[in-house]
Amino acid sequence: MFKTIFSSSSIKSSIAEVGDIGLFAGRFFREVFVPPFEFKELIRQCYNIGNRSLLLVMVTGFILGLVFTLQSRPTLEQFGAESWIPSMISISIIREIGPVIIALICAGRVGSGIGAELGSMRVTEQIDAMEVSGTNPFKYLVVTRIVASTLMLPLLIIVGDSISLVGSAIVENLKSDVSFTLYFNKVFTSIKFGDIIPATIKSIFFGFAIGLIGCYKGYNCEKGTVGVGDASNAAVVYTSMLIFIIDFIAVFVTDIIFNV
Amino acid sequence: METNHNIQAVLELKNITKNFGENHVLKGFNLKLSEGESLVIMGKSGSGKSVMVKCLVGLIKPDGGTITIKGEDITKMGQRELDILRTEIGFLFQGSALYDSMTVRENLEFPLRRNIDKIKNFTGTEVLVKEALKDVGLSQTIDLMPSELSGGMQRRVALARALILKPKIMIYDEPTTGLDPITSKEIIELLRSIQLKYKTSSIIITHDVDCARVISSRMILLVDGTNYAEGTFKELSNSDDPQVKAFFKN
Repeated sequence: MFKTIFSSSSIKSSIAEVGDIGLFAGRFFREVFVPPFEFKELIRQCYNIGNRSLLLVMVTGFILGLVFTLQSRPTLEQFGAESWIPSMISISIIREIGPVIIALICAGRVGSGIGAELGSMRVTEQIDAMEVSGTNPFKYLVVTRIVASTLMLPLLIIVGDSISLVGSAIVENLKSDVSFTLYFNKVFTSIKFGDIIPATIKSIFFGFAIGLIGCYKGYNCEKGTVGVGDASNAAVVYTSMLIFIIDFIAVFVTDIIFNV
Repeated sequence: METNHNIQAVLELKNITKNFGENHVLKGFNLKLSEGESLVIMGKSGSGKSVMVKCLVGLIKPDGGTITIKGEDITKMGQRELDILRTEIGFLFQGSALYDSMTVRENLEFPLRRNIDKIKNFTGTEVLVKEALKDVGLSQTIDLMPSELSGGMQRRVALARALILKPKIMIYDEPTTGLDPITSKEIIELLRSIQLKYKTSSIIITHDVDCARVISSRMILLVDGTNYAEGTFKELSNSDDPQVKAFFKN
């Protein structure tokens, strides 16, 4: 088992794939600033990624806030520290749990969708058809999707975090008669720019990773319909791993810069 | 065997080679397409036909040889020059390759988005789309999605999309594959009428002997990645060579 996972050929192919993803990202940066720009398609993709993920993100965020508060309350009560709930919940959600959970949800919803859509376009020769009609399919399909997911994910995370705090405030209101005004006063007193800015910056990278891996897997899809399934599945797996890696790097860098 | 080599070639492949690892798909394939000619390429599955046409439009880069279209070697072209040249070539894909998230109208408008300036006497996108659909007899499908069309209708819409930029060269990759005999005949007749109307030079990849008989002005048999035989339909169908005979058996 160990031998299979760490055989020289699997290590070589993994390194080659990382290299290919790097080249794919390089091509994105070369093409993103060069006209013609596909604004209409970009707006369509922003709508697809943003608006269509909104309900899922809101429901997830709301339940996250509810459950997190319900689970934390008994332990904090034992120490008479219930008054710390708004600060603890808001900092945890804004800094870490909100961005990571919502990015993982979007990796499943958006990343797999992009992988499957582009993969199916590849195997049915739709991408080739675009290319022979004199349109650059990379610019039309890949650049627009990566830019849209990079722009939309921070917004979805802001919405998700906010709804989470509403969920948490409802639990606090029901369990201990803490008013919404008092709850959010405590939240805004505890949160600093050092919590919000790094979380927003890392959510931009999460969005970029979701778009990049989904597009890479779909655009380079092979082996017919089986390949489409593989592309969609691999997009979710790779993106989820990448989200944790980006999160680790972000926390490490934030720790150095903001000393928090 | 009779060929039209004296007429100016619009497209020429010289000694094209392409390997995928140890698999040598094209082993020095040559082709010359003259203006107004309809060249049919026949070959068994896996003989390299599809790889050859993809090399022809720059979707696959050959390992060796030259591909000259209107006097320019496309193997040495940059992406932008290639995109410009591609607007002069119409390509009908084997599986139609319609964009399934777009309506028929949007499918036809797509090639026009960046290339309106290349059309002489441009009269408006709407006019061009309607004219192209009328040519293939599907005016009523303009607002339908590709999934609402039958296989034959999809092939016709794909043909309309390939023709919308009024290309000088048409490439048909197995235009009748997967269609029933009646629809195949309709498509063959359509290809013939379109060739007469638009006066295009065409390359047709096909297994369909009926299609080759009706459309071809010349044929090439591709065997194991090389030109095995060349001539008119009549010459090849009367050949005594067993490999050539095998294609015309039924």
